[in-house]
Amino acid sequence: MDQDSLIEISGLRFSRGDRVIFDGIDMAIPRGQISAIMGPSGTGKTTLLRIIGGEVKPDAGEVLVGGYDVCRLSRGELFELRKDIGMLFQSSALFTDMSVFENVAFPLREHTELEESAIRDLVLMKLNAVGLRGARDLMPSELSGGMARRVALARAIALDPALIMYDEPFTGQDPIAMGVLLSLIRRMSQALEITSLLVSHDIHETVSIADNIFLLADGKLIAHGDPQSLREHPAQDVQQFMHGEPDGPVPFHYPSDDYMFDVLGNSV
Amino acid sequence: MTRDYLRRLGIAGLTGFSNLGRATVLWARAMWGLPRWADVGLLTRQMYQVGVQSIMIIVLSAFAIGAVLSLQFYTQLANFGAQDSVGVGLALVLLRELGPVVTGLLFAGRAGSAITAEIGLMKTTEQLSSMAMMGVDPLHRVLAPRLWAGMISLPLLTLIFNAIAIFGGVVVGVHWLGADEGSFWSGMQNAVDIWNDFGKGMIKALVFGVLVSWIAVFQGYDAEPTAAGISAATTRTVVLSSIAILATDFVLTLGMYGNFGS
Amino acid sequence: MRMRTIEISVGAFVAAAIVAMVFLAVRVSGVSFGAEQETYKLKARFDEVAGLRRRARVSIAGVNVGRVADIHVDIAYGEAIVTLEIDGKPGELSIDTGAKILTEGILGARYIGLLPGADEEMLEAGDTISETQGALVLENLIGDFVTRMGAS
Repeated sequence: MDQDSLIEISGLRFSRGDRVIFDGIDMAIPRGQISAIMGPSGTGKTTLLRIIGGEVKPDAGEVLVGGYDVCRLSRGELFELRKDIGMLFQSSALFTDMSVFENVAFPLREHTELEESAIRDLVLMKLNAVGLRGARDLMPSELSGGMARRVALARAIALDPALIMYDEPFTGQDPIAMGVLLSLIRRMSQALEITSLLVSHDIHETVSIADNIFLLADGKLIAHGDPQSLREHPAQDVQQFMHGEPDGPVPFHYPSDDYMFDVLGNSV
Repeated sequence: MTRDYLRRLGIAGLTGFSNLGRATVLWARAMWGLPRWADVGLLTRQMYQVGVQSIMIIVLSAFAIGAVLSLQFYTQLANFGAQDSVGVGLALVLLRELGPVVTGLLFAGRAGSAITAEIGLMKTTEQLSSMAMMGVDPLHRVLAPRLWAGMISLPLLTLIFNAIAIFGGVVVGVHWLGADEGSFWSGMQNAVDIWNDFGKGMIKALVFGVLVSWIAVFQGYDAEPTAAGISAATTRTVVLSSIAILATDFVLTLGMYGNFGS
Repeated sequence: MRMRTIEISVGAFVAAAIVAMVFLAVRVSGVSFGAEQETYKLKARFDEVAGLRRRARVSIAGVNVGRVADIHVDIAYGEAIVTLEIDGKPGELSIDTGAKILTEGILGARYIGLLPGADEEMLEAGDTISETQGALVLENLIGDFVTRMGAS
């Protein structure tokens, strides 16, 4: 890893009950770029984000964020570190009892001693960046899914974090909202020099935006590199995922008995 | 067969202990370092959700219970020609037992279930996680104000309950059935002790307030983040709170009045 | 605006609870605040006070004039010392005033009835009433009755 990396993960192991989610993962997320973690559903991509955010503790391994090992920080230090991390949740997770304005103002009110007028300016600036300055007085229940996600994005960048993590940002978005999100993520990353880490299984969108892709399967990192090199990756499982083939190393069928035998049973 | 049953019983017991342990840690961590002045606004909002919203049901139930108690006391005491002692029985029963217990049960059903559902929903929609990821501790921001509001509101509601119930008793016993108003009040004032009857009843209310808000908050925080999980947690809040109130009430009564001295 | 409604209703809630508390304390528990009612204390020794409680009323001819403040036992004499709190100023009850423990109705509460005497000298605060008649205990009455029947 010769480049400057913001997040360094080494020897990460995590299991939930009997199921092994991560079986020794090493990766380094470079600073100032857009990185994507991809993989089939259920490979624990979201869990990885939660481990990086310090919300979930791994069984073994080291997770360094900006040089701090999140697994060894005290609760107070962890909350301090998180002020520098923005996270966009899959469900947007807006506070339902607050207006759009108050949602974006929330981190500012909690973590700064700014005057009300300064908070107002900052909130309007962030809302303007996502194109929702006019929606400031709406309640979250009045927003469409795409708008809610943009508000959540405005909230995530309220404190100008060094890192933004996006959990499945494209799921359930219509094509227009998707396009808006893509351009927003790109703009955030370039204009504000924010490191972006996104988790997704939408190949087209991710490939079009990411500088680096990390491909997870069966608890291991099976490939990483820029989108082009991954598309031409020799391994079969990488090919299957990158091109969305229905059958391959990841079988179409859930493990089962022989079909003939199962259907006809003992009458044969 | 028996071994299997014992094994399951053992597992259930261990689960119970581990839940109690986690609930205790949660309570302690949420209450740690509070209240801070900045939280007064949050507390006010919760007092509204938890306390003000419960007033209606408390007032209606209190009046009905006071009226029916008065009716029962009157008809029974009239057999001994002691119908003027209605006030004494009414006040003692309400202040010592029914006031705190019934208010606690109603509170668990009205406010406790709402707290559980709200926190459970915030968990399901990742609002708690997102708050934590923003560097704001949901234990302090979301759970603590609800714990405090429950602790403060239940005694206040009990005061209102008792006053309204006695008023209901006066309406039925004195104005309708015709017990003597003078001896109704004077008998009450002679029999009721400010500390032994009124004060100890309020201590019960405070204890129930801690219990119900604790159970409600923990069940919400611990709920499985699905629709079915929230509904199960809400039911558990009401059932566990009711059992906790009744069991604790017995223990407290035993401790407070057990030696039957004056 | 919405926050203000919340604040106001919470304020009203707390105020209602305080009103309820005052009502329960004053009207139900009979605590009198502020009203500087002047009282003084007398003592009375009884051979039997069974059923008498603190805060029981003290009356003259059925009218309340005070309450029982405290009940003590004097083990050496086998007597109960009852402290009475009498409303008003000392100087109205003569030194030969009698005190009796009475019962309201058949099942009612015990109270103390005072019977003022005719002496010129008056009881001062802290004095002890000597003319007393203790509570009637049913078992003792029956016991007396049975012994007398046996004797005759």
